[in-house]
Amino acid sequence: MSNLISLAFAAFIVENIILTQFLGICPFLGVSKKRSSAIGMGLAVVFVIILSSSITWVLYHYVLVVLDIEYLRTIVFILVIAALVQMVETFLKKISPSLYKALGIYLPLITTNCAVLGVAIININNGHNFIEMLVYSTFISLGFLFVMYIFSMMREKLDLAPVPKAFKGTPIALIVAAILAMIFARFGGII
Amino acid sequence: MNQKENFFKGVLKENPLFVSVLGMCPSLAVTTTLENAIGMSVAVFFVLVLSNFLVSLLMSSKKIAELVKPVRIPVYIVIIATLVTIVEMVTHAFVYNLYVSLGVFIPLIVVNCIILGRAEAFASNHKPIDAVVDGMGMAAGYGLALILISLVREILGSGTITVWGSLQVNLMPVFDFLKIQPLDMFTKPVGAFMTFGFLLAIILAIGNKRQAKLEKGSAK
Repeated sequence: MSNLISLAFAAFIVENIILTQFLGICPFLGVSKKRSSAIGMGLAVVFVIILSSSITWVLYHYVLVVLDIEYLRTIVFILVIAALVQMVETFLKKISPSLYKALGIYLPLITTNCAVLGVAIININNGHNFIEMLVYSTFISLGFLFVMYIFSMMREKLDLAPVPKAFKGTPIALIVAAILAMIFARFGGII
Repeated sequence: MNQKENFFKGVLKENPLFVSVLGMCPSLAVTTTLENAIGMSVAVFFVLVLSNFLVSLLMSSKKIAELVKPVRIPVYIVIIATLVTIVEMVTHAFVYNLYVSLGVFIPLIVVNCIILGRAEAFASNHKPIDAVVDGMGMAAGYGLALILISLVREILGSGTITVWGSLQVNLMPVFDFLKIQPLDMFTKPVGAFMTFGFLLAIILAIGNKRQAKLEKGSAK
């Protein structure tokens, strides 16, 4: 149990997916200009990461390993993720139009979000069992949501700040991200 | 547009990393040493050129293009994923050190926006030869950007330039002469974000200046 807690904490803060592992930088910079869109994207990612990691984990251990075709991992995973995202989109549209309205536009972008494929592969590389995989994917994706939320609030303030012309937009966002990464790196001492 | 322009637009005017800001994740994660940046550039070069070639070859036949149109994105993804698997196997077999240090970022070339972006925006409606030249230009621009970032980070962060394996330039005497220490921060995530931010700002500043000059020239 205690190692699950430390795994969860590490995934959430210390090995934060954006600020220390550099996965999902594109949505981190692309859709963090407004708080509402950052939360929408974050929630969609949480949903898809948990679902896709579970499916790819089962598929890897009970199909690919059994058939001795582990080298097809990358192709199989990306196809599963692409199909899954499409399915979730159709499913949400039918079941819950309000949720679809909130997350809908972010879903197609998720297929090419490296965080989703990245977490699926990291789960396999680190040899997590099913429970560990579930804990890891849940907390790493919540870490994504958390950082997206913080960062979007900082960027809303940043819009009003007087910034040198050349730094406007992406450059200043990257430097703010650097300061945020500095804070997160210091949490490493806790574990 | 001749082939030369086609090639150089990827290197300068439409540089994927500094102008379009695509494919950010590996550019921040693997640029701790020059060696990693070179390895990543070669891998991206291989995948991008071949995927552009195969996609444009596939779409150049009208019949197949018509058939594939509704499912073209999954088709591109399968082509790209196959090429990436080849890269994964080759690096695993021949350059194991690089395979370990690039880690999860080799399979993640599949979801690098540059490759899918070029397949959709350029290769699918151009001739195979143009698509190959475009892929070479884009990959070269991406590689140069990676090398630039990694040079800054490695020199400032660890005071060395690792070209390949043991082929390494040690800059510590220079640091000692100037009585300063390399900043460990630059090898950490903080340094990655900061280096990229400042380089982007410098490039934007140069671009702005050039634009202002052009406007001044045309006003006269």
